[in-house]
Amino acid sequence: MPVSTAQHGQPQWRLRTTRAQWLQYLAWLAGVSLFLLCWKLISDNTMWVFVEDAGRQGADLISRMTPPEWSYASQLWKPMWDTLNIATLGTALGIMLAFPVAFLAARNTSPHPLVRSAALVIIVSSRSINSLIWAMLLVTILGPGVLAGIIAIALRSIGFVGKLLYEAIEEIHPTPVEAISATGASRLQVMSYGVLPQVMPAFAGISVYRWDINIRESTVLGLVGAGGIGLQLNASINTLAWDHVSVIFLMIFATVLVSEWVSAKVRHAII
Amino acid sequence: MLTLSGVGKRYPTGDRALNEIEVTLPKGQVMALIGPSGAGKSTLIRCVNRLVEPTEGNIRLDDVELTSLSGHKLRQARRSMGMIFQEYALVDRLSVMENVLSGRLGYVGFWRSFLRRYPQTAVAEAFRLLERVGLAHAIDKRADALSGGQRQRVGIARALLQSPKLLLVDEPTASLDPKTSRQIMRLIRELCAERDLGAIINIHDVALAKQFADRIVGLRAGEIVFDGQPSELTADILTTIYGEEEWDTTPEPLESDEQNATRPASKRTQASNVVTHMATGGAS
Repeated sequence: MPVSTAQHGQPQWRLRTTRAQWLQYLAWLAGVSLFLLCWKLISDNTMWVFVEDAGRQGADLISRMTPPEWSYASQLWKPMWDTLNIATLGTALGIMLAFPVAFLAARNTSPHPLVRSAALVIIVSSRSINSLIWAMLLVTILGPGVLAGIIAIALRSIGFVGKLLYEAIEEIHPTPVEAISATGASRLQVMSYGVLPQVMPAFAGISVYRWDINIRESTVLGLVGAGGIGLQLNASINTLAWDHVSVIFLMIFATVLVSEWVSAKVRHAII
Repeated sequence: MLTLSGVGKRYPTGDRALNEIEVTLPKGQVMALIGPSGAGKSTLIRCVNRLVEPTEGNIRLDDVELTSLSGHKLRQARRSMGMIFQEYALVDRLSVMENVLSGRLGYVGFWRSFLRRYPQTAVAEAFRLLERVGLAHAIDKRADALSGGQRQRVGIARALLQSPKLLLVDEPTASLDPKTSRQIMRLIRELCAERDLGAIINIHDVALAKQFADRIVGLRAGEIVFDGQPSELTADILTTIYGEEEWDTTPEPLESDEQNATRPASKRTQASNVVTHMATGGAS
């Protein structure tokens, strides 16, 4: 016990007992030792000759990327527009699918534990696969193009939106729900009056946040043929046209910046 | 009108919240349920509208056996029991009008309620009730923009829009200041008289209970230990209900009561003519 009695009979208090304090020191020692050990292993497996000229290689790459060939930008508007569409339509589709799944997955709104498990499986499987991998799978099934990208983004978004939304549903105040049930409302009415208004701000915030993430993710989907600006990026890298690559990088950077700004504004307006 | 016989509730953890409760509530009677925290007051009124499932006994409202109902029948029975809560239990992000109209949910279908297209009779009644509880100016405000007393008035209007036969009132004044508490209790009392409603009111404040109830029931550890007139509630009985305490030092009700009463009372005469039961006309 941290409380003990001194010789004068005065009670004394410390945060931890002596034993707990020593255990904590030992835990720190073990953690630091493990870190140093890992560091050594990684260092042994690195070919330092390659790392030594990293600075020169990097400088070489940058010199090839500059100056960016600005005229190339005129060919990028169309793929950039595709990218925005993939992100926006994919997010919309994902949200529509995630909404009912979240209500089935939340402990307090799920009709049956078995349904809840099924909904959780949907959420976990959607979350465990990156959109790039979803896109690879879908390009083989649907063929290359924007559609594969949209569906890939949607499938990944189900898990993200579904998980955050069902957590929000589980955190609502129970008393309004009780009050609405007490009026004789049906199950669906209880959802629409007792639950929905309480989770609307969270839902809107999550959706905008996911749209923002999806803009970034959709820029790389083209690498596997799922449409958008990633196709151009892939082509430029393959032909070693580094001055094109830098234009694409700058364009993606600007777009992400704008989407961050828009989502921050929208979230601020809602919450 | 409401009869509880042999009602008991044992939680899955083994805790016994209620034991062999026998109470009959005649039509139009306002009954205060007093007792220490954890005595089972909330559990008792929630057993009546089945927000909590009683594990033993029977509860009858008029001719309906409430304990065996389920699904549609249960929802229909709940319509006739309005409930008022300690923390008001309004939906904060909905407007005052939407909160009041939610009392009508048991009577309208899902899509009508979802699109807020309530029957005109229900809307008209909601306007009258808001007028009656003194909130006609706040119809379009969001519920979380109101003060505690105003929010409780919205809660009362919501319960009454159900056209109930019975009010179940759970600590209506526990979150309110003394003056507002008395106004709310008076309002509930008046509305019960106007509409001939029975009411069970859980309340901690013994002085308020004595002042506003027709009958007082004392609950201790899930059992009824007192059932009688407010005047019969002596210090000895309070000791039986709550345990040892110097009850004589309990502050007496304020003398300036009549001044506070003027505002709701003046409205009462005009409103009581208009506010009529809509159980027959309002159902869709």
